[in-house]
Amino acid sequence: MKRKNEAVSLDSLDWKILKALQENSKQTYSEVGRQLGVAHSTVYDRIRKMEENGVIKKWTVDIDHEKIGINYVTARMTVYTDPKETENVAKKLSEAKQVLEVSMSLSEELLIIAKVIARNQEELHSFIAKKVAPLQGVLRIRTSIVTKKIKEERILVEKK
Amino acid sequence: MTPTSSTRILRTLPRENAFYFFTSAGNYTGQRAMSLEEFVTKIREISTESLEFHFYRGDFEKWAAEVLEDSELTRRIKAVKLLEPVGNNLRDQLDFTVSKRLEELKSAE
Repeated sequence: MKRKNEAVSLDSLDWKILKALQENSKQTYSEVGRQLGVAHSTVYDRIRKMEENGVIKKWTVDIDHEKIGINYVTARMTVYTDPKETENVAKKLSEAKQVLEVSMSLSEELLIIAKVIARNQEELHSFIAKKVAPLQGVLRIRTSIVTKKIKEERILVEKK
Repeated sequence: MTPTSSTRILRTLPRENAFYFFTSAGNYTGQRAMSLEEFVTKIREISTESLEFHFYRGDFEKWAAEVLEDSELTRRIKAVKLLEPVGNNLRDQLDFTVSKRLEELKSAE
């Protein structure tokens, strides 16, 4: 049985399928197969296997919110915590729908860095004031509101 | 003012109802007040930047009304706005107003 966090071994065809899907996940099995010179059933089997073992976590869609008139306020929130409570604070933040990403950093102090979204600045402040600041172990919070996004890409994994 | 209502206003609050001091949207100073008495202490210590941020957003009067449920303190904080104080003048005005109310409540207990 595969243990949690154990790396899954992929062969060269798996890597090529992943590369093709990262570029365009809307392609059919036949289209991917044609590019790679294999049958669509082979592509189907490989994708299903990668879904089963968690290599492909989910299928989603990348929406341009501005195009449909939804202008969220995005912020990077740095939460300074009591080291004894960091894990708990990170867990609580992860449960909030306003929080899209939560990471921990050990630079000079143990910090939690989170990406937060809200409909407007007031809603953002209200979330941080009412839901984040009162958490046990939160010492202080620095928040930077994103005013302009220059680049946003997902990492393209390729075989080394 | 009955002793019961004074005691209620002066109570120590649960963490989620404390007043958390920010300097701007999302920037928490790490200072909080869990009672009216502690609020007076913090007014004397906290940066004027934080006092101005909360005062002109109406956060102090909102906390007095919705959390402490002290309509008299709410009215008096609102009245300070007419003076449009800033900086240490704001600190002094708030300190004077809230300290006076705290004394009244303590003597009514």
